[in-house]
Formats: sequence, structure tokens, C-alpha cells
Amino acid sequence: MSNEATVHVEQGAVHEVLEHHDEHHHHETFITKYVFSQDHKMIAKQFLITGTIWAIIGGLMSVLFRIQLGYPDATFPFLEDIFGHWAKGGKIQPEFYYALVTMHGTILVFFVLTAGLSGTFANLLIPLQVGARDMASPMLNMLSYWFFFLASIVMFSSLFVETGPAAGGWTVYPPLSALGDASQGSKIGMDLWLVSMALFVVSSLLGGLNYISTILNMRTKGMTMTRLPLTIWAIFFTAILGVLSFPVLFSGFILLLFDRHLGTSFYLSEIVINGKILPNEGGSAILYQHLFWFLGHPEVYIIILPTMGLVSEVMSVNARKPIFGYMAMVGSLFAIAVLAFLVWAHHMFVTGLNPFLGSIFVLLTLLIAVPSAIKVFNWLTTLWRGNIRFTPAMLFAIGFVSMFISGGLTGIFLGNSTLDLHLHDTYFVIAHFHIVMGISAFLGMFAGVYHWFPKMYGRYLNSTLGYIHFWVTLVCAYVIFWPMHYEGFAGMPRRYYDYSSWESFKNFVELNKVISFAAMLSFGAQLMFVFNFFYSIFHGRKVTTKNPWHSATLEWTTPINPGHGNWPGEIPEVHRWAYDYGKDGKDYIDQTTPVGKDESGH
Amino acid sequence: MSELSKVQQKKIHPHKFTLWVALGSIIMMFAGLTSAYIVKRNQDGWQGFELPRLFWYSTFVILLSSVTVQMALRSFQEREMSRYRLMITITAGLGLLFITLQILGFMAFEAAGMKMIGRGSSPSYSFILAIGGLHAAHVLGGVIALLVMFIKAFSKRSRSYNSVPIEIVTTYWHFVDVLWIYLFIFFSWLN
Repeated sequence: MSNEATVHVEQGAVHEVLEHHDEHHHHETFITKYVFSQDHKMIAKQFLITGTIWAIIGGLMSVLFRIQLGYPDATFPFLEDIFGHWAKGGKIQPEFYYALVTMHGTILVFFVLTAGLSGTFANLLIPLQVGARDMASPMLNMLSYWFFFLASIVMFSSLFVETGPAAGGWTVYPPLSALGDASQGSKIGMDLWLVSMALFVVSSLLGGLNYISTILNMRTKGMTMTRLPLTIWAIFFTAILGVLSFPVLFSGFILLLFDRHLGTSFYLSEIVINGKILPNEGGSAILYQHLFWFLGHPEVYIIILPTMGLVSEVMSVNARKPIFGYMAMVGSLFAIAVLAFLVWAHHMFVTGLNPFLGSIFVLLTLLIAVPSAIKVFNWLTTLWRGNIRFTPAMLFAIGFVSMFISGGLTGIFLGNSTLDLHLHDTYFVIAHFHIVMGISAFLGMFAGVYHWFPKMYGRYLNSTLGYIHFWVTLVCAYVIFWPMHYEGFAGMPRRYYDYSSWESFKNFVELNKVISFAAMLSFGAQLMFVFNFFYSIFHGRKVTTKNPWHSATLEWTTPINPGHGNWPGEIPEVHRWAYDYGKDGKDYIDQTTPVGKDESGH
Repeated sequence: MSELSKVQQKKIHPHKFTLWVALGSIIMMFAGLTSAYIVKRNQDGWQGFELPRLFWYSTFVILLSSVTVQMALRSFQEREMSRYRLMITITAGLGLLFITLQILGFMAFEAAGMKMIGRGSSPSYSFILAIGGLHAAHVLGGVIALLVMFIKAFSKRSRSYNSVPIEIVTTYWHFVDVLWIYLFIFFSWLN
């Protein structure tokens, strides 16, 4: 029927484009190739570079507030030169401090580790690894990037308004965020934050729809679901999480906008600001927290699942061994994706949640330890007796597992409501989530960038700088976050601006200095990576073979610099799974090789 | 190549599939809002209400529009292009009428003394506006999609006999229809 005809026509069109490529007669202009590109590879690069810029901004913010936390008594006149009244007398002002913390969280969680991470690797790897010319809808894919770009512009502009950006924490809990009179950061900055995040939600929905649709509908011949590399499985579950949870966040934002501008009381009840009694009655601030964390918890898996996929792939390739327990890996990804929707209230144990309800959420939360442990076990057994090649990507992948174990274990502490009541508002939580989803996700993302950089740009990243980058980052990450566990046990509350006035926290003054120093050093190492990244795009060592890592997956069967459409001829057919390493005495057998008669099954 | 398209033949068109996933996403948004409503309703201070009669009319209008959009699809498949153009025009008109009736309904609601916004408003009433308004915005999205189809249908330069776009719009239109029926029953029973 007409349906079939369309698919046929579309494929024909792609073929035409490809022939043009071969003859070097393409009609692409600078605009269609680099700006409004519909090529998934270019969109991936756009996401990666925009994400990198955000990571520098967000990282710099953490350096600034670590200056305040590490050196609360010192003054730095140069800060006043740059930030004016926000750093009066060379000292970061309280409003500025809260704005910095809020924007650091928002930027890193959403703009870097959601858009920057999923946007980059889903776009780059899905068509290349499933064997498709492009995404199911290249147009929506392009829109996804441009909505992200708009969201970025709005968020960036909020940094420059007179009353400053949103400053009520990255979770923007009402009533603080709903009432402009409540704080500087709840004025226009908060509106810009909401508009930006609404655009961001649209971007991530458009992206997610495409990822799911492409993975399910556009696989090449022979590419059954169980032959997919784990990267694709991980991105698939990530996209499902995003598509189902972001709309709920969106509805929470809509009600918040109503409260801010239409005088409704969804979240507001019986509030007094500066002695003035507000008329709002009947609302509940807890309602927002439910809506927020229904996204917020899946969100942490949206961040970590793609990196789990990247790490599995990088680890298998560089250990020259099949991934251990492929189906268990897929099953545990599935289990994590399901559980992600059932544990949101563990962020709300301290809100006076019904203890019986709390105990159910404790149980469900602790259940996540099972699939997580399966994954860790499988990574370790993949490394076991492998012919490990310690490329920078591999080091980052191993570093990811180390961080994921450290951070995962403290998750078991916090999943217990009884312990959480004590630890929730302390540095223990800061340490936990930074290690398990911040640093881990970054290490996983770096593993991906170092591994697939040759596919993106046809050049290698500098390995020496890569090794320095890895070791400095790993050591600094532990130096920054390990001591925070002790501070948290000692009851040091999070979110505070200055601890020096408390007798009980005076013994942490030196420790805070060490943490701040490590944070700055680590930021420097990331700048070095950024230099390496941009330098290597233009001057890196050129890739000379199609398959530099001797990897079995499909993306390495494309030309070194693939054009739009990826494969110059027919899309290759797939005959086996993605992990035939060290099989029957061969180093690796790629997915396009037919299964031989004398070959053992798998 | 031919083998490849044979494999593809059995599958649903990727764009249609994308639409279904998107509908799942919209369902989640309204599920979030309506469950917030249910939670709120079981708490102290909930104020009951009766939906104005206007919402019955708008329900009838959107049901009718589902019939016309289906007729538009049928006409397109039978290549009855003039009837197709007429039907999408009527459907878009009914969509706009629905939105107008909704707005009038909200106004009647306010006029009955149940304040949705501003000083003295109650979240019980505000929910009607927030959820109903969001739904109306989705209908507006459908109207815009129909306008694009309309312009395409009158374009002299290109003639397309590909029915996927109109099939997608039709599915979406039925979806916002069913969504409103759900919300209507929801508000009528749980008030």
C-alpha cells in the first residue's frame, strides 16, 4: 500500500544522495552541513560541543562556590572586578552563592549529563550501530538540537539579569520558587529557568521519540534485538525513561507557572513573607515534590544508563573478550528502568512521609542494588583474564566501575529511611550522588568520547594528555568527595554558605581547603581535556584504518569519514552478535561476517 | 534493496510509530496531572463543583470532529480531493469551535463564583483550568497540523498521494478526542 511505497521512495532518495557523495558533487552549503544539519553525526557533534561549553560554565561555578567554602574568611578582589556587586569586597555574596549552586546543579544534570550525554551518543551511535542511514525522522532530530539550543540561550541569558538566575536549588521547590518576593533568585531568573526547562523538555522528548523509533524500526537486516550492542540497549531504556518521565515534570512546571503568575494555590498555603500574610490557601508544596521526583529519580538513570552502555562496549572491546552475561546486562538495564519509576519518594523521607509508605519505598530502593550488583559483577568478570589494552577510554571505563561501586554502596545507606533522616541534609548525600551519578557519568562519558572520537572526526585524541586527564580526574574526584562522607557523618549540613561560625565544624576548616584545592585542580585537568578535544579536531593524529580499535560493531565498517547516509553502498547485513572477541582463536569477528560451518555456536 | 524494503513492509511506518510513542508521553503528562488532582481531592479543604452545561456542547463538537476527520482520511484514500479539502476544513473549524466553547465554559465556571485564578481561588477549581487548558492547547496543535495539511492540499506545485501525514493527523485527532472524553468523565465523577 501507500505505506510501503513511502518507505521505498525514501530509501531511493537516500541512495541518490549517496551517489552524489561519491562523485563529490554534493549540494550541501555551509548552513545545511554545519548549522541546520539533519545528519545524525553532525547533530551528535553539536550536542557534544554545546554540552562541553555548558560543562565548562557549570564546572567554573563549582570552583567559585568552593572558593567560598574553602576560604570563607579570605577576600579575592579580582572576583569583584569580574562579578561586581555579586562579589562585593572580593567575597562571594550569599545570593550569588545560592545562584551558583542552583545553576551548577541545573546545568550539570540537565544540560551536560542529559542533553550533552544522550544527545551525543544516541545520535552518533544509534544509526551507526543498528545499521541505518539516519534517524527515523532527521527533521525532528534537528529540531531536538535546536530546542536544546534555545533552552541554552534562555538559561544563559538568565545569568545576566539584574536579580540573577534561579537560586532556590536545582529542584526549585515551592513555595520559595513560586513567590517572587521570597528571594532575589525567585524573580525573573526563575521564570527564565522555567521557560528554558520547558524548551529543554520538548527537546528531550523529540530526541527520545526518535531514538526509540529508530532502534525499533530501522535496524538493518539480521540485526535482531539480541544482537544489538549494549550501548543501544542502554540508550533505548534511557529514551523510554525520558519519554515517560519528562512530561510529568512538565506538568509540575505548568502548575508552578500558574502559581507564579495567575495567583493560584496549587503549591501554596498559609504563607507569611516579611510579616505580610498571603491569601493563598489549600495548596500543598509536597505535591510539587512528588511531581518533580517522579521525573527526578528516573532522571538519575537517564544520566547513568547511557554511560553503562558506553562502558560495557568500551570494556569488552579493550579487554578483547565478549561482555560477560549479555542477557543479564540487558535484563538488569530493564530492571533498573522499571524500578526507576517506583522509588521517587526516597527523596522525600524527610518531608514527613507516612512511615509505612516509606518502608515500601525503602524496599523498592534497596532492590535496585540487585541489578546494579549484577552489572558490576559482569564488568569485573569481563575484565577477568582479558588481554586488557589500557587505552585512555579503557582507563575511564574502569574508573567508572570504581566510582560506581563507591557511590553505589553509600546508596544502600541512604536508601534506608531511618539512616536517611539523619544523613539527608548533610554532606553525605552530596558525596553519594556526586560520586555515583556525577563523577561516574563523567568518566563513562569520557570513555565514550575517547573511544568514538576517531569515528566522529577521523582523528585521535592525544593519549598522553588523556592519561594525565584520567589520573588527575580520578584522584581529585576521590579527594573531593571521600572526605565529604566523614563531614556528613559528623552532621555537617549541606547548602550552607559559611560553616566557620559553628564550633562543631571548625575542625573541618583545613579539610574544606583540601577539597576546594582538589576541585580547582580537577577543573584545570578538564580544561586540558577541552584543549585536547579542540586541538585534536584539527591537528590530531589521523586515523588510517577503518577499524582502529579492532571492534566488532557496525560503526567501524563505515568509511573513516562517513558521509550523510553512513555506508557508500548497501547497508551491511548482520550475522552475529556484537561481542565475538577471542572466539575460535580469532582476535575478533565483526558482525557482518557470516557464521561459518565449522564455527561453534554462542 | 528490494529485500530490504520487503522487510520494512511488515513494519509500521516509523513516523506513525513515533506518533504512538509521543501519545504515550502525552498520556504520562495528563496522568501526572490527574493523579495530582486525585491526591488533592482526598485532602482537607477540597471544594466540590458542577461542570457548566457548555462542556457538554464542547464534548459533542469534538466527537463530531472525530467523525469528520475520519471522513477526510477516507476521502483522501479514495482520491476525492475536493471532499477531502472540505472535510479537513470542517474539522479544523470544529476544533476551533471546541476551543472557543472550552474558553466560554471556563468563563461560565468563574461566573458561577468558583474562582480559578487570582485572589480567593481554590486549587480545586484551578485544576479544571490547568488541565482543561493544557488539553485545549493540544487541540490547537491539531488544528495547526490540519492547517498545514490544508495548505499542502491547495498547493499547485506538489501533489502528494502519500497518506501517512493525514493518517498521523487523524490518529492524533482521535487521541485528543478520547483524552477529552476521559477528562470530562473524570471531572464529572470526581468533583
